[in-house]
Amino acid sequence: MTASWTIDGVKEALAAKKISARELAADFYARIEEKNPELNAYLALSPERARRQTDRIDALVAEGKPLPPLAGVPVAIKDVISTRGIKTTCGSKILQNYVPPYDATAVERLEAAGAVILGKTNCDEFAMGSSNENSAYGPVKNPLALDRVPGGSSGGSAAVVAAGLALASLGTDTGGSIRQPGSFCGIPAMMGSYGRVSRYGLIAFASSLDRIGPLATNVKDVAAILQIIAGRDPHDSTSTTATVPDYRAELEKPVKGLRLGIAKDYFGEGMDAGVRKKIEAGIEVFKKLGCELVEIRMPHTDYAIAAYYIIATAEASSNLARYDGVRYGLRVDDDSLLAMYRKTRGAGFGPEVKRRIVLGTYVLSAGYYDAYYLKGQKVRALIAQDFRDAFTKVDAILTPTSPVPPFKLGERTDDPLQMYLADIYTVTGSLAGVPGISVPCGKIDGTLPVGLQIFGPAFGEARVLQLAHAFEHAGGATV
Amino acid sequence: MKISREDVSRVAELAYLDLSEAELEKYRAQIDEILEYIGKLNELDTANVEPMAQVLSDDQTADATLREDLIVPSAVAEDVLKHAPDPEPPYFRVPKVIER
Repeated sequence: MTASWTIDGVKEALAAKKISARELAADFYARIEEKNPELNAYLALSPERARRQTDRIDALVAEGKPLPPLAGVPVAIKDVISTRGIKTTCGSKILQNYVPPYDATAVERLEAAGAVILGKTNCDEFAMGSSNENSAYGPVKNPLALDRVPGGSSGGSAAVVAAGLALASLGTDTGGSIRQPGSFCGIPAMMGSYGRVSRYGLIAFASSLDRIGPLATNVKDVAAILQIIAGRDPHDSTSTTATVPDYRAELEKPVKGLRLGIAKDYFGEGMDAGVRKKIEAGIEVFKKLGCELVEIRMPHTDYAIAAYYIIATAEASSNLARYDGVRYGLRVDDDSLLAMYRKTRGAGFGPEVKRRIVLGTYVLSAGYYDAYYLKGQKVRALIAQDFRDAFTKVDAILTPTSPVPPFKLGERTDDPLQMYLADIYTVTGSLAGVPGISVPCGKIDGTLPVGLQIFGPAFGEARVLQLAHAFEHAGGATV
Repeated sequence: MKISREDVSRVAELAYLDLSEAELEKYRAQIDEILEYIGKLNELDTANVEPMAQVLSDDQTADATLREDLIVPSAVAEDVLKHAPDPEPPYFRVPKVIER
């Protein structure tokens, strides 16, 4: 029954007193209790905080006052985003008891808009992974295929929405971590432009790449959440002053005549035949909508993973230096301060995080900086230029979100490089700073979801959402 | 081979990261494979390319002027210390740093 809830539907039901915010939250918690033990998608629940919020909303209804835009909407927050008074572990043992003293701006804005925070979602440790198998608290299962991964790193945030355990969620995307799990769990999932959403309170992984964004059951709800969390925040100097358009109003505009770029660089070897078939069918939908398809080239696409894993790990090695056993989280005691640091970090971080700290420290170390880090930054400039060039010719770019459908749990865990290559179509947009959405584009054999990715130019979120919405309404999810 | 066991050991030392012998060898092999893959960047001539140090262009960033330096109340010290591994309010306690 919950699968049919939408943000507008909740608001109408509340206003018509068909259900109270408290009852709606209780309904979701009941389903969480039933399904979460199997999915492992929530790491922590926040019923008391949810209760305070539903009481506020129900009081507004009782007093006949206007309801805020997200009134009573049950949402989940990825566990790398700070929530005051609710344990925030980043999927890591090193933060297993960490309770943030403040809220991330995105969380504060959601709550101010009436949303009800149900709890925190499982993710790859410090958002490092593409399958959610790097969580110190066990993997999340894909609700559409229980033997498969939900994608990552925002695997929990995608799974809870797909399973009806939240109406929408916040995830974070550094190289594909919102879009790829959205694709794997068959829901729309969006990363706005770099700087579009404040990152105050987001626990940092790679600061030149990290972004917060929404996942929901439909594109209109994705737009509604983005609307609330977007915009300048004095607490985050990288959030921009660029105006936030009315995304939901833009959604309804016709897409006929828009020019959409297709780059063969995004359809290379290693792409699953089933995915290719669905994406080609998805492209046909846009053709029927009257869009003009334009062949373009993105010549540096093939170098994106290499550049990404230099830049992201370099930044991670620096950002994760703060976990030293002094101010928060785990400490492994020793008489010497430096040995305490080493033991704490050795015991607290999991294998993928350690691997990335070593790689990131190496590419920044004396004698290797020019060969790796500087080279990576130069190639990043070339990839960003690919996008700028493309957007002189087209309004948006269509690609697959992932070269493969959801894979089986455990299938790729022993081969980090193979796991990294699963991000091949998403990291480009991350490096370039442009917005991107993954929208459901059919299921292989009727079971394994495929996602179609739409990139727009920087701060072109409205256009991206408009296309995704048109695609969804033209039956894109069932091609 | 791109990276030796000594390299990994040295880098782990720089990062204050205890690694077991088994981890050291496992990560060395995996990182070696990743660096081998990263080597493909050398196919590109980037001699005349400026490195991308900023994502946002000047017209997209917030007002470049500095904000006013105002004192804003912040009463989180107690909360912060409550969850520290070894607090001694208003301080964090650490192992002895300087030997007499």
